[in-house]
Amino acid sequence: MTQILKDFPSIASLRSALDERKISSVELTQTLLKEVAAQNELNAFVDLNPELSLAQAKAADQTIAAGQAQILTGIPIAHKDIFVTKGWHTTAASKILKGYKSPFDAHVVEQLIQAGTVSLGKLNCDEFAMGSGNEHSAFGPAHNPWHPKVVPGGSSGGSAAAVAAGLVMAATGTDTGGSVRQPAALCGVSGIKPTYGTVSRYGMIAYASSLDQAGPIARSAHDLMLMLDAMSSFDPRDATSIQNCRGVANQNGRIKQDFTQHSQRIEKQGAKPFSGLRIGVPEEYFGLGLDDGVAKAVTAAIAQFEALGAQKVSISLPHTRLSIPAYYVIAPAEASSNLARYDAIRYGHRTEQYTDLADMTARSRSEGFGAEVQRRIMLGTYVLSHGYYDAYYLQAQRIRRLIAEDYQAVLGLKCDVILGPVNPTVAPPMGEKNQSPTAEWLADIYTLSLNLAGLPGMSIPCGFAPGFDGQALPVGLQLVGNYFEEGQLLALAHHFQHATDWHSRRPESATGALV
Amino acid sequence: MAITASDTARIAKLARLHLSTDAQQQANTELNQIFDLIAELQAVNTKDIEPLAHPLSMIEEVSLRLREDTVTAPGGPIERDALMQNAPGQHEGLFLVPKVLE
Amino acid sequence: MNWEVVIGLEAHVQLSTISKIFSGSPTRFGSAPNTQANAVDMALPGSLPVLNHGAVERAIRFGLAIGANISPRSIFARKNYFYPDLPKNYQISQYEIPVVLGGSLSFLVDAQPTTINLTRAHLEEDAGKSLHDNFPGPHGEASTGIDLNRAGTPLLEIVSEPEMRSAAQAVAYARTLHNLVVWLGICDGNMQEGSFRIDANVSVRPFGQKEFGTRTETKNVNSFRFLERAILFEVQRQIELIEDGGKVVQETRLYDSDRDETRSMRSKEDAHDYRYFPDPDLPPLVINPEWVAQVKASMPELPQQLSERFANTYGLTQVDTLQICNNRETAAYFEAVVAQLAGNQGKLAANWLNGEVLAALNRDNLDMSSCPVKAVQLAALLTRIIDGTLSNKIAREVFAAMWVGESGGEPDAIIETKGLKQINDSGAIDALVDGVLAAHPAIVQEYRAGKQKAFNSLVGQVMKAGQGKANPQQVNDALKRRLDS
Repeated sequence: MTQILKDFPSIASLRSALDERKISSVELTQTLLKEVAAQNELNAFVDLNPELSLAQAKAADQTIAAGQAQILTGIPIAHKDIFVTKGWHTTAASKILKGYKSPFDAHVVEQLIQAGTVSLGKLNCDEFAMGSGNEHSAFGPAHNPWHPKVVPGGSSGGSAAAVAAGLVMAATGTDTGGSVRQPAALCGVSGIKPTYGTVSRYGMIAYASSLDQAGPIARSAHDLMLMLDAMSSFDPRDATSIQNCRGVANQNGRIKQDFTQHSQRIEKQGAKPFSGLRIGVPEEYFGLGLDDGVAKAVTAAIAQFEALGAQKVSISLPHTRLSIPAYYVIAPAEASSNLARYDAIRYGHRTEQYTDLADMTARSRSEGFGAEVQRRIMLGTYVLSHGYYDAYYLQAQRIRRLIAEDYQAVLGLKCDVILGPVNPTVAPPMGEKNQSPTAEWLADIYTLSLNLAGLPGMSIPCGFAPGFDGQALPVGLQLVGNYFEEGQLLALAHHFQHATDWHSRRPESATGALV
Repeated sequence: MAITASDTARIAKLARLHLSTDAQQQANTELNQIFDLIAELQAVNTKDIEPLAHPLSMIEEVSLRLREDTVTAPGGPIERDALMQNAPGQHEGLFLVPKVLE
Repeated sequence: MNWEVVIGLEAHVQLSTISKIFSGSPTRFGSAPNTQANAVDMALPGSLPVLNHGAVERAIRFGLAIGANISPRSIFARKNYFYPDLPKNYQISQYEIPVVLGGSLSFLVDAQPTTINLTRAHLEEDAGKSLHDNFPGPHGEASTGIDLNRAGTPLLEIVSEPEMRSAAQAVAYARTLHNLVVWLGICDGNMQEGSFRIDANVSVRPFGQKEFGTRTETKNVNSFRFLERAILFEVQRQIELIEDGGKVVQETRLYDSDRDETRSMRSKEDAHDYRYFPDPDLPPLVINPEWVAQVKASMPELPQQLSERFANTYGLTQVDTLQICNNRETAAYFEAVVAQLAGNQGKLAANWLNGEVLAALNRDNLDMSSCPVKAVQLAALLTRIIDGTLSNKIAREVFAAMWVGESGGEPDAIIETKGLKQINDSGAIDALVDGVLAAHPAIVQEYRAGKQKAFNSLVGQVMKAGQGKANPQQVNDALKRRLDS
């Protein structure tokens, strides 16, 4: 963790320092850019444009000097290389988009620029967001700041690594099957995937359209809240963008207000802030190849909730197991269609030698796409093809409904929030999952269902467990709420983080002790 | 259900992917492994269950929001330059591709 | 072997919105390449589609006009295939649940009323254009140019049942459909600019066979003349092929107007697996009854309604009104003509419009708006028939002269100049009759011997002697008087 961001453990603390002119945005940005270079081995960043970052910082300083700073003015962030950006290249961590310059910014990027943030650059990820270890990247793997030989998680590995290493205050990520929550968990930071449709997908390079959702990664729930609030608003350019969240307009301010209301209610309960809160713990979750150390940490965290007044309720999510085959039919199917546009005609890598158009397209695509991407395109093409559509794609979509119904049967009725693990293990060593194509996929068991159902979920650090080399590595706790309940989840996490300090642990300390 | 080599070749062609013979063989093996995983889906009785295409339709009617018929992107040569800046082959405002016979 | 021809037509109709179906780019024709294509039209990474209200409104209007069902909930689907003028390499279309289902069109073919049922109509996006000139590619190789200005233009694909049994029927259907979409104001109908394109599905089968033969699809025909030629060629080709022992291959073909033949397009065997699935970027299109009612209230009087009105007001039959009412200008023309005529001359006006006027327009490949004979001029001509100045036959001569603008297109001036006034004077007619009877004693003999045909022959002779101008009724009467006395 960089010294500078150790000094500012939260956006709020940095905000004060900036406003009091203890530090300028330009100084901060310069220092962090140096740190990025110094921690090059981390391979968290894939594109930098120092001039542009400093220009943004300068503008932020002017705004601050004029006394017009917003909460995020001058705060250093970075964007996953899935969001198109005008000033930096966008590649989706793929060779096929090498050198691509987008003529427009993603909605999320626009929103965060408007909020006054300073972007340090683009962050590494799994190619086209397909993967859970950031090992499928044309730029090489990103590393976990806790140990250089373990994965940071994926697909938003670079985002989680950059936050955990103190290179940025917060980062944007995308979550299609767990790609914000899981890397956050493996890197000991916090991450949230909001309700589907609350954050615009305009400018987010599409992987699986009905599952993709953008979300921030940061070092605390409160910071997540500030970021998510700035990112969430109705966007007419995305036909799946929600206008109304159960009667409340989808605009900046909604999440902040919701968070504040819940937070105040929780605070009023004094020593037992979680009185009245029913936490559902799915009986299916403990046993599915869940690592002992992880189970221990998660169980302890749940016990902590109880100690703070919550009531544990055992619930059942009977179709949990089916989320894996359902996801790995739906996501590749949509991806195979979304990635068809990479044909070397209007942009992207074009092969040197070819006989005709079809040959040019095929060779360019196979040279440009990595193995995992091609695998999913093949799979997706197959399940949509004539004769298989009903048995695979439609069947998966029916099972998707069963999974979503599982949650509706319990949320609000039997429990107010669902708690559980994010990943079956701590961060695995790099290069481990190369045996069979599906080995990597099985670990997604705890996260996939939320994307299938469109529900909000977040991951917060809740302890450590022994991993590679006997090293203690971070464990994440997942919180799941009903549609549009991001504010409540964040408030619960925020108060958990009041009562605990897992989220304050830094990567230098191998034992997890505070440094 | 086994996926044959010719299935794999056909899929690769449909998807415009160029796989060497070895790569095709590997793809074939992998696809079969993957299908073992997703075969679980077939066993589930989903009679009378509607596919869930849009997740939020679980709690509300999700319908297509329309935009007014107005020109919001008038276009022009300057915009074109920005939009075409990444084109591998272009000529006087046209994208170029190897000759297509109709 | 008696062959039956089976034809189904698919029309691709560009809707007259000012912006594209899924983006805010303009739809204007003829701009410099790629100056009307934005990030969405070019399928840049991160772009997304948003549906144009105006496109849906026009689809509803069409559905109402043909008496179809408007689907309260229809779905957009992706049709996946690779083609350079299809930027996403999928087309957003509608598959299982289109916006319009059913409906029918009625029209005349050789004065026979015909009704063809429609299967469906759905919304989709148009593709860009490929220019096959030899542009220099990145390695100097001969290249095709792609212009995406047209990509994303809204289309309504209108599919007929395979109920047509001749090229004439198919062309009449196509013309009627063309008239309707222009009438409704949903399409500008400009076929040269590609606003209205037809694909013809053609097959043959032995008369009496229940199963359809294998069909071919001839795509993108953009004139009614070419449509007729293409169908005729294709029918001939298929029949010859089968009679020679061959089999018709299901394939896509193009009509080559230079050679007047259809040609097979490069076979795309895998093009049949479009892997349709509902587009996850577009939730279901909901059209509630209120919206439909709103559109209905704002519709112009429809051809069918107009047809009934004319039939009632002027005592006409369906045969009379169908053709007239399929085109707004023709209907307006008709009303203008009858307004100028004393009494109820609807039948006369309808006969002339359906007969001489439409035949001349077709022959010269003009539409009603370019008709050289104005309504007031035709009315003047018809007045001369009514008042006996002209016989129907001579009137046609006068009409032909009016059509090419002789004497400023004024009937009276032409009658004067050509001396075409009908002979109504009984004295003059008697003189003609006497002259003919004297000149043809043999025919008179035959008549007296009982041969009725001889009478007609004498009539013909009198008409000839009078240069066609003698009043036919009076000639008849005069001859009878003379012969039977």
